[in-house]
Amino acid sequence: MSAPTEITEPVVTAAVDAALAAIAAADDSAALKAVRSAHVGEASPLAALNALMRSVPGDQKAAAGKLVGQARARVNQALSAREAQIVEAEATAQLAAEAVDVTAAASTWRAGARHPLTLLQERVSDVFVGMGWEVAEGPELESEWFNFDALNFDEDHPARAMQDTFFIDPPEAHLVLRTHTSPVQLRALLGSEPPVYRIAPGRVYRTDELDATHTPVFHQIEGIAVDKGLTMAHLRGTLDHFVKALFGDEAKVRLRPNYFPFTEPSAELDLWHPTFKDGARWIEWGGCGMVNANVLRSAGIDPEVYSGFAFGVGVERALMFRNDVKDMHDMVEGDIRFSQQYGMTV
Amino acid sequence: MRVPLSWLGEFVDLEPGTTPEAVHAALVSVGLEEEEIHRFELTGPIVVGQVLEFVGEVQTNGKTINWCQVRVAADGELAADGGPAIHGIVCGAHNFVVGDKVVVTLPGAVLPGPFPIAPRKTYGHVSDGMIASARELGLGDEHAGILVLGDLGLDPEIGADAITLLGLDDSAVEINVTPDRGYAFSIRGVAREYSHATGATFRDPALAVAATASTEVFPVSIEDAAPIRDRIGASVFVTRVVRGVDASKPSPAWLIARLKLAGIRSISLIVDITNYVMIELGQPIHGYDLDALTGGLVVRRAQPGEKLVTLDDVTRALHTEDLLITDGSGPIGLAGVMGGATTEIGAGTTNVLIEAANFDPVSIARTARRHKLPSEASRRFERGVDPEVAAVAAARVVQLLVELAGGVADGLGSLHDATPERAPIDLPTGFVSGLIGLEYTREEVRTSLAEIGASMIETATGLAVTAPSWRPDLTDKWTLAEEVARIVGYDRIPSVLPVAPPGRGLTRTQQLKRSVATVLAATGHTEVLAYPFVAEKANNLFGDPASSTVPQIKVANPLDGEAPFMRTSMLPGLLQIAHRNLSRGSTDLAIFELGSVFRPDEGVSYGSAVVPPAAVRPSAELEAKLNAGIPPQPFTAGIVLLGNTVRHQPGQAPIAASWQDALTAVAQIGLAVGLPILVRQGTHQAMHPGRTAELFVATDAGELSVGFAGELLPVVARGADLPAVVAVVELNLSAVFAQVTGELQATVIGTKPAATQDLSLVVDAQVPASDVLAAVREGSGALLESIELVDDYRGTGIESGRKSLTFALRFRAPDRTLTAAEASDAKLAGVQLAAARYGAHLRE
Repeated sequence: MSAPTEITEPVVTAAVDAALAAIAAADDSAALKAVRSAHVGEASPLAALNALMRSVPGDQKAAAGKLVGQARARVNQALSAREAQIVEAEATAQLAAEAVDVTAAASTWRAGARHPLTLLQERVSDVFVGMGWEVAEGPELESEWFNFDALNFDEDHPARAMQDTFFIDPPEAHLVLRTHTSPVQLRALLGSEPPVYRIAPGRVYRTDELDATHTPVFHQIEGIAVDKGLTMAHLRGTLDHFVKALFGDEAKVRLRPNYFPFTEPSAELDLWHPTFKDGARWIEWGGCGMVNANVLRSAGIDPEVYSGFAFGVGVERALMFRNDVKDMHDMVEGDIRFSQQYGMTV
Repeated sequence: MRVPLSWLGEFVDLEPGTTPEAVHAALVSVGLEEEEIHRFELTGPIVVGQVLEFVGEVQTNGKTINWCQVRVAADGELAADGGPAIHGIVCGAHNFVVGDKVVVTLPGAVLPGPFPIAPRKTYGHVSDGMIASARELGLGDEHAGILVLGDLGLDPEIGADAITLLGLDDSAVEINVTPDRGYAFSIRGVAREYSHATGATFRDPALAVAATASTEVFPVSIEDAAPIRDRIGASVFVTRVVRGVDASKPSPAWLIARLKLAGIRSISLIVDITNYVMIELGQPIHGYDLDALTGGLVVRRAQPGEKLVTLDDVTRALHTEDLLITDGSGPIGLAGVMGGATTEIGAGTTNVLIEAANFDPVSIARTARRHKLPSEASRRFERGVDPEVAAVAAARVVQLLVELAGGVADGLGSLHDATPERAPIDLPTGFVSGLIGLEYTREEVRTSLAEIGASMIETATGLAVTAPSWRPDLTDKWTLAEEVARIVGYDRIPSVLPVAPPGRGLTRTQQLKRSVATVLAATGHTEVLAYPFVAEKANNLFGDPASSTVPQIKVANPLDGEAPFMRTSMLPGLLQIAHRNLSRGSTDLAIFELGSVFRPDEGVSYGSAVVPPAAVRPSAELEAKLNAGIPPQPFTAGIVLLGNTVRHQPGQAPIAASWQDALTAVAQIGLAVGLPILVRQGTHQAMHPGRTAELFVATDAGELSVGFAGELLPVVARGADLPAVVAVVELNLSAVFAQVTGELQATVIGTKPAATQDLSLVVDAQVPASDVLAAVREGSGALLESIELVDDYRGTGIESGRKSLTFALRFRAPDRTLTAAEASDAKLAGVQLAAARYGAHLRE
């Protein structure tokens, strides 16, 4: 295409038509760039026509200017429109090309998990913390006095032989692996003046061989409250609230007379729930009662002034009937598949 | 304790048709624990038959069987199975004659086993039923022959139901007796409890027999020179004599059946009678062959070196605490535990001395435990036997020996009773209501106490209550309150939620424990719980990086003799768990446990020889001593990683777990507790020499070692049946938590533009990167906001034995935009310090 030499309508129209045809034919950014250069660039016919404006006689300038200006505007408009089309098409094509199978994402992290027994202890602690109680802890390897004598287990009492105790060598040192979390309660009483409201979760030991329902190392949660005027009705009220918080509003508590050295009166704690495995039924869950006067005395508390109640439940047992765990082996063997069923919550 | 219902029904009204289940439920409601139900597992037709004739037939195997014609119904009537009145039955036994009445199990009957009876072809006949032995009926162990009813003194009608005849339709409920309810180790006690539960009328069997006084004294002396805990070994000792007993007489069927249901094997009539009275009244009885005794009885403690052959033919070396029954010949019985062989009642016994005593529970318990001889007698004495029932029980034995064994009551006997009188218990008005939280009426309190057998008188302040003789457990007003509460019913206690004073929530340590567990689980570690029992050498391997042995705690009575020690490290247990997972196909593992380890200090002997008394607060000094005797048990984290941290996936190559993951976990714990855990190159006998870090926290007294992390020695890993690369962490969290103050001093977050610069320093390869980094940080001063190691290059361009460390530095001033020159000056100051300390120079 030779450069135009004068501004006439046919010449301008030809330049515009050529440009519009080229714009329409451009189908990607690169082609459009070339078209822009050829038809509106410095060497383009339209640029040349624009340059000719300088030599147009004054009386014709307005008409020629309008002719060239309109032509340039039409071409630029077409270019912009086409550019927008191409940018959008190219963006769409790029997104399509970037598509992945989101179901096959590679993960650079592993799933971890808490153990349900520790989670359950935390949950129970939280229920009691919500009632204003505090969480108490103590050593697993205990002095016999804390584990037995102070809790009103006389050295010759049959109850002492009943608890199958791991003794530490040599036996004359009177150290044991605690058979219950009750020594923690005593430590709580020794450590602070009443009122005392404490919950003590923890690991305990008895010489039972591991089988489907027993393990020599297991967990208990015990609670103790010592205050002025506490009654067995308060014990029942606390247990009612506790089981409803842990198992739901339909859970119920039943107390049956029983014997424990550290409580008097004593009761067996039965739990009822409509959705337990094997149907609605009463399940024996733990022991409770009013703190034995001798236990209070062991802590230097006057039983004529203060009274208290205490209770203890098994964590493994709760997991068995709450989550339908059928075999104790699953809880103690450390198979990661067991903990991983629960993830971060129980 | 097993309670046959027919026996129970003698002393308390049982509604007709009362099931064992109903009895269980009633007893449970007053505090006895439900165990099993026992029955003779058989069903009829089982009838009385009479042998009309039999023919002995010799078989090819040399055995002779009897082909018997047995009448099982009156002439002209059908038998209970609908068959003829005379059944042909094959019988292998020979202890009968024509005319004997026997027990015939007819077709349709089922014997314990279960063993269903049907007509069957055998030895050339169709045997239309079976003639039963005592063992086949579940009555005993006798299997030498069939049960001949005449031998039991029975002559029932032909065709009568043998099940009711022999008491085989009875059943027993088994209950668990708590240690405070020794009296429930008797039908008498259980009947009373049943009455409490149901209101049914109770008839005390102890009032049914009158204790008779002896007319001639049998010499007995109680010579306890060394009472245990100031309690005389025998407070009551009653003897009675019955002469002319026929020891060969059989025990009656009802007695055998009741004993059997009560869990006691029939031995001989005399022994069965003593056992029967023990079950009925709760009083253990010992019978002696009077003619085998040498003089009177002396009750005393054993002397050093004494021995006794007990009834079970075991020669026992006696302890000076053992309470003995002795006669002129020496020891003849372990009091309240087991009799001796020399004066045992046997087939030739005709004259019997009956002993009914009350022995000190502690003495009996210790002796039974010492000689590993828990017996029906010791179990009762340990829990306390009613001291007032001894004379009654002796009289009851006399009565039965006369009635069943043809004996004659003799005037010879003795009665020693030194039972101290029980002091009344003061029960203030309103105490029970105040303790239980339920308003009991005056009448409810009095009636309940009267029902359990207590007597009481009114006082100015309430009641003075004297507990019944069979309730040694009732010692104070609290025990009386329990009786009132349980007799009225625990179900009446209301539910009242107490309001605790405002609490302070979890302690910081409790929050930190949760935080560590949560962060570890959230970063891909799975929590497990290991038993803390390990082998000594496992503790030695992991317990102390500085020594090949570690002080450790041993369990005196471990379940697993291979692992009697308490863990000093979390790792042995975790490695076992890792192996278990691996063997079950979980090959990529990241497991952790948070728990106690047991770390006694070297040379300290723990524990306390003295155990303070109960029911008294120990002095502050004694309490401190008890606590000092408990070995340290720091709360510790253990982590084990193996296999891949990131598994092979599309577009993702696997990343194997290594020492770096162990250190990442350490950093994550540091994040969880808000305290940096410092890492230094370290050594440990169980760990890879070049891939082990020792961990520290900063304290006021300098850096404190708190654990180690890295890779196990490959040989140690293989020793645990694990792959060669196993990364581990052992971190004493108690020591870490102790340094967490939680009161962070915040720094101002600068908003002026930062200047970033890189820095490459060449140092000896041995110099830890963290030391170089620390030097640059220190030298660069306050303008340096952050510094990170981005490369460690060795090789071409760097002389051998040295390395080039590249750091990315970011400088910022709080108040102005830094110039490049200021940042460079600060950086060069850092380089200078690194050069001075470690000979570092800028990489060319």
